[in-house]
Amino acid sequence: MADFFQLFMDSFPALMDGLGVTIMLTVISIILGTVLGIFLSLGKVYGSKIVSGVITVFIELIRGTPLLAQLFILYFGLPPYGIRLPALAVALIGFTINSGCYQAEYLRGSIQSVSSGQIRAALSIGMTKWQGIRYIVLPQALRRVIPSWTNEFIYLLKYTSLAYIIGAPEMMTQAKFIASRNYEFFKVYLIVALIYLVIVLFFTQLFKWLENKVKIPGFEYIR
Amino acid sequence: MSKKEILRIVDLHKSFGDNEVLKGISLSLKQGETKVVIGTSGTGKSTMLNNINMLIPPDKGHIYLEDVDVTTTHDISRIRQQIGFVFQDFGLFDHLTAKGNIMIGLTKVKKMKKSEAEELAMFELERVGLQDFADSYPAQLSGGQKQRVGIARALAMQPKLILFDEPTSALDPELIGEVLTVMRDLAREGMTMLIVTHEMGFAKSVSDEIIFMENGKIVEQGPPEQLFNNPREERTKEFLFKLNELYGEGGA
Ligand SMILES: Nc1ncnc2c1ncn2[C@@H]1O[C@H](COP(=O)(O)OP(=O)(O)O)[C@@H](O)[C@H]1O
Ligand SMILES: [Mg+2]
Repeated sequence: MADFFQLFMDSFPALMDGLGVTIMLTVISIILGTVLGIFLSLGKVYGSKIVSGVITVFIELIRGTPLLAQLFILYFGLPPYGIRLPALAVALIGFTINSGCYQAEYLRGSIQSVSSGQIRAALSIGMTKWQGIRYIVLPQALRRVIPSWTNEFIYLLKYTSLAYIIGAPEMMTQAKFIASRNYEFFKVYLIVALIYLVIVLFFTQLFKWLENKVKIPGFEYIR
Repeated sequence: MSKKEILRIVDLHKSFGDNEVLKGISLSLKQGETKVVIGTSGTGKSTMLNNINMLIPPDKGHIYLEDVDVTTTHDISRIRQQIGFVFQDFGLFDHLTAKGNIMIGLTKVKKMKKSEAEELAMFELERVGLQDFADSYPAQLSGGQKQRVGIARALAMQPKLILFDEPTSALDPELIGEVLTVMRDLAREGMTMLIVTHEMGFAKSVSDEIIFMENGKIVEQGPPEQLFNNPREERTKEFLFKLNELYGEGGA
């Protein structure tokens, strides 16, 4: 136990660097993914047949193929065409697009669950369709989608470990580096797993808090 | 005639697919008039109201709000601000308080300053007797209170005309009265209103004219005393008879 603690202390600084990158990757991808998800879902719900069709194909393509394959295409597949992106940028783009597509589907559900009566009412007081979306639909849809952000965050946090395969300096990359020096594979990866767990628990609570904070009084969500 | 014409509908037609719902509706409303539309369900009453503010555009015909032809206007938002609409299912914005429901149109559509919008919202809430519920959310209000907020929201836009689509049909019987009272006050204050309702007591005592619609056409229209006591058309008689059986003579 004593040397496990020692190992923990020794590897902690390097792992923390990695953890910083992991969290940054996750948080930025979830934020950019939300923005992308909003546009995709709005296009899918309110766009023309063509717009909605193109978006559907795109979303299914992303959701239907392995994330790792997408990262490889961006990292190894683009350079021959003169597009050479650093590993971290590839990871960020890949995770954002992925998160955006999943979130688009969650959001589409919440957008459609805002009653059509409210949209008619918005139009009837002279709002444009866009104002109705901006001031009436989205504020409600985003509230309803918070619970699925928790899942999204957990998936994404763990998926960012895939970035180590293309060498982005996130936590798994650091762990592999440490373990390949001291051969304590089991213990190092155990430490990493524990750190992931703590982060997941922390953010789960954070989203719960957020959900409560923006809850509409008297309004029971139908889940 | 001294009173200005607010709304004139000329030969309105509307089909959904091959279901011809409106088959040439014409009517008009002068300033301060209240007209009540009655007729069986599925006869096109809601479709007609939704045509008037172009939530459902008609296929043919014209709708004039004072001098502006609503069917050809390039700024429908401007027109809609001048036509209040009160829905059967209230249409309140769930994420906003009673006050917020009223303010949002003022600040976002009319670009009014927040403080002014708040003042006007409170004024309208007081008008419908809900000043104490300004900070309540729709889910915290009873059906009757929700509908009064709906009316206050329409009033705050200072419309030339308010359309009501069965405003009390979704309410428990004991809550209908409070909404009808508000509407009665509005009629008395000279608001111009076109109301679809089956509250016959209300229709008799408040309206200047009753319009009986059937199968997408106006069968008969006239002052309530005449239409209720002396209907000219056989169809009107039959409908009033059925209505009596269903709802009784009651209403507020
Ligand atoms: N959006 C729509 N699409 C297709 N049919 C519709 C639509 N809205 C109404 N209808 C049809 O039009 C007819 C008249 O409906 P409505 O105007 O709601 O009647 P009312 O309000 O008098 O009960 C009904 O047969 C209804 O099924
Ligand atoms: Mg109707």
